[in-house]
Amino acid sequence: MVATAIINPENLVYARPIGLTETPSHYCPGCTHGTAHRLVAEVLQEMNMLDHAIGVAPVGCAVFAYNYIDTDFVEAAHGRAPAMATGIKRVFPDRIVFTYQGDGDLASIGMAETVHAAARGENITIIFINNAIYGMTGGQMAPTTLPGMKTTSSPHGRDVEAQGFPIRMAEMLATLDGAGYIVRRSLHDPANIRKAKKAIRTAFETQLHGLGFSMVELLSTCNTGWGVTPVESLTWLEEHMIPAFPLGDYKIAPSVATLKI
Amino acid sequence: MPRELWEGNEAIAEAAVRAGVEAYFGYPITPQNEVLEYMSHRLPELGRAFVQAESEPAAINMVYGAACTGARVMTSSSSPGISLMQEGLSYIAGTEVPMVLVDVMRGGPGLGNIAPSQGDYAQICHGGGHGDYHPIVLAPASIQEAVDLMPTAFELAHKYRNICTILIDGSIGQMREPVQLPEMQPVVRKEYDWATSGAIGRPRRILSSIYLDVPTEERINLRILSRWKEAEKNEIRFREYYVEDAEYVIIGFGTAGRVALSSVRAARAQGIKVGLFRPISVNPYPYKRVEELCKQVKSFLVVEMNTGQMLKDVQRAVRNRIPIRFYGRLGGVVPFPDELTREIHEMVKNPSKPEDDPADLWYQRMMAR
Repeated sequence: MVATAIINPENLVYARPIGLTETPSHYCPGCTHGTAHRLVAEVLQEMNMLDHAIGVAPVGCAVFAYNYIDTDFVEAAHGRAPAMATGIKRVFPDRIVFTYQGDGDLASIGMAETVHAAARGENITIIFINNAIYGMTGGQMAPTTLPGMKTTSSPHGRDVEAQGFPIRMAEMLATLDGAGYIVRRSLHDPANIRKAKKAIRTAFETQLHGLGFSMVELLSTCNTGWGVTPVESLTWLEEHMIPAFPLGDYKIAPSVATLKI
Repeated sequence: MPRELWEGNEAIAEAAVRAGVEAYFGYPITPQNEVLEYMSHRLPELGRAFVQAESEPAAINMVYGAACTGARVMTSSSSPGISLMQEGLSYIAGTEVPMVLVDVMRGGPGLGNIAPSQGDYAQICHGGGHGDYHPIVLAPASIQEAVDLMPTAFELAHKYRNICTILIDGSIGQMREPVQLPEMQPVVRKEYDWATSGAIGRPRRILSSIYLDVPTEERINLRILSRWKEAEKNEIRFREYYVEDAEYVIIGFGTAGRVALSSVRAARAQGIKVGLFRPISVNPYPYKRVEELCKQVKSFLVVEMNTGQMLKDVQRAVRNRIPIRFYGRLGGVVPFPDELTREIHEMVKNPSKPEDDPADLWYQRMMAR
């Protein structure tokens, strides 16, 4: 009775963007992949570029990103998405070509492809989901796993003496001259989600204007892999991930700074 | 078109350009560097795409991306680099997108050396990446033949949505000989109903090699196989020399086949009725023709620059009906015509039995030297 009264067009303030397909999600309840997908879809829709965009899906939880984001899509081998995106972009330079990659895909097996795409100033955009863990394979240690953090392959907590230190990708890529726009945002609350959306828009505009490589790193949750509730995971992100991976703009090339969005 | 003196690798690159290649992605490795170097100036001057990738895995995955758009796209490499590309090749086969690969083989295994070899035959034709797929493989024996096969390679790759490999060795890649290059063809961007280049005015498309639903994956495997069956039917290529009246036939591909032709002529001059059968499509292999020749000749001599990788294909066709003698040189050694002429004489003088293992007999002879 109440529901029928509320659900009518006059009250509609939130709906599925046309850039997202009407497909049941395979992601765990509480996971922020859904938020990130929605932001990409909304931005492409607002730019009127859904039919000019080609996505490159990774290997990892987002392997099926193509089921949700309503653009042409290809599915890359593990870590090779930036190379695949390079191949597409070089043949169709007027399209928006983006990859959507997790931390294992981007910062471990795909480190070389990522760094060199940035170094070449490849006009592609990477949406980098950093949740400090391998989600799909069941919660193993990732290159971004925090010191002391327990995973299924660092059961006593990441021991930096034996297992090394987390990698800060945004900071690292920002040192490369080919990078046009490198920022880190977070998906843990609405204010930060809005900032993340604006960053994705800027990244795609950077690409459209041929201003070089762009990457938006999104601090994300993996409540299943972290072994906490969805709500706890948002708090954990804020309290533990942001201190280790500070939010901010790491590279905004002067030409990108002049973009009017 | 006039005949001009060209280096093999550069001639292959120019032939690909004239066949309408839109993008080349590669990584330096000897003895195929000149393909990459040539493309680095030739493609940009035509407004086409060239990237020197950071590695062979990156190069093949750039090819993978570009292939998904339906463009004519290629890479080249040599043995160790080809090993590094196998992951991408399997994905390309699994996604059913077309590409041309040039393998300029060198001595191996491992880092090996940079001398000509045929040690990649099994990897290129029957192995390589994971899963069930069958690339089309063409093995020219001269620069002219390689150049003539380049447009064919792109046509076959796109016709069968498959990998088409030009399999040569370092000697064909780096020798110079007179060639007539093919006419320049315009770049034609065909509208394929599978290509992902942006969903402008059409429903969106997805290209992937993942099918979690097991019966679907089986169906895709069968679809890949059915295209291969078509290729097996239509794309058999070989050349025969002095075979009409031959009592003996040498079988060799690429450089080994080319060297064997000199030996065949020498042996003919000495009164032995010997011919040469040179497979050009080594995958699909001309099994049927080899089978037919079994009825005509007393014995085959298989010559390769490896331990007998193609020999297995010959044996599959011969099925112990006639004796086979095998002669292989390894690790970058190219046989001289004299050696092969001697082998012809030995085959005639000391015939083996059809049930003998030719690779094992050859191994024993090599170890006794």
